[in-house]
Amino acid sequence: MLELAEVLLRGPSSLTSGEREMIATFVSTRNDCYFCQTSHRAAAAHHLQGNYELVDAVRWDYQNAAVSPRLKALLTIAGKVQQGGKNVSAEDVAAARDAGATDLELHDTVLIAAAFCMYNRYVDGLATWTPTEPDLYHQMGARMAHQGYSRDREQ
Amino acid sequence: MPHLNLPEALPGIRGLMAFRPETAKPLNELVETLLWSRNSLTPGERELIATYVSSQNDCYYCQNIHGAIAAQHLGGDEALVQTVKRDFESAQVSDKLKSLLNIAGRVQQGGKQVKPEDIDRARACGATDIEIHDTVLIAAAFCMFNRYVDGLATWAPEDADFYRGRGAIVASNGYVTVNKDLGRKAEVATV
Repeated sequence: MLELAEVLLRGPSSLTSGEREMIATFVSTRNDCYFCQTSHRAAAAHHLQGNYELVDAVRWDYQNAAVSPRLKALLTIAGKVQQGGKNVSAEDVAAARDAGATDLELHDTVLIAAAFCMYNRYVDGLATWTPTEPDLYHQMGARMAHQGYSRDREQ
Repeated sequence: MPHLNLPEALPGIRGLMAFRPETAKPLNELVETLLWSRNSLTPGERELIATYVSSQNDCYYCQNIHGAIAAQHLGGDEALVQTVKRDFESAQVSDKLKSLLNIAGRVQQGGKQVKPEDIDRARACGATDIEIHDTVLIAAAFCMFNRYVDGLATWAPEDADFYRGRGAIVASNGYVTVNKDLGRKAEVATV
């Protein structure tokens, strides 16, 4: 589970970790999972020099956020995956390709969105304890962004 | 028609694993741990949970391959698998498994749909904490796998014998061994 998150969000990719964490927090927001959306929001912000405003713009109104058309097209796909795999249309994929998305970026967007549909259900399905102190998430985000998810990370 | 240029002749998730071996490895390890490794829930029971969730998510490939694997674990009882998909409360399975399928169905709708009474029902039927945990995680994981397979519009054979054959191989050998040529450790870049 952690290895999957590490590969998906921090492994080598033409999508930056900031972009990938924004996809993760976007999907988690749509799934209304407090813990996941808040922690990945913080991770995204840490990849973006602390720009929480941009991350929140993506979460709530991505079409008007200051991100690339390519990322917007990928977020559209992520939103469709959150609803269900079959909601992703050939037109959505074509629009993403027109905006410059590669096959790898399309693949990873779908898998990140799908994986967060798993993580969100896992966390909420077992009603895990959810802290609410913002500072805790800020620190969590720093660890997620800079040390990663793998078990080998320094504590 | 798949959304990506995938290797031909590899159906469903296998084409995706060949396309992206770095993510194939953790995905295969996850499904092996959840569905095939030692557990107080039998592999047949766990594959039924996976099949049920996949049918609720209307994922053709996943429900058919995991249905076939489940049937293999259950002495070839394909009719039982169909009944569980259609109406598990009337199926010839234990009350405990019914209570866990109930939880799995809630998870498929959304994590917050699992209510205390669903957990109470499972505990009253003798489900342990680990069995409840694993049920939720299997259901959640299949909400991922189903979206992955359908989100990229992978192709799925329609021949029942294909699934029977593949189901027998996976039921005997697990997931990591049969897919080992499709997974690779990622070169993790430091950020």
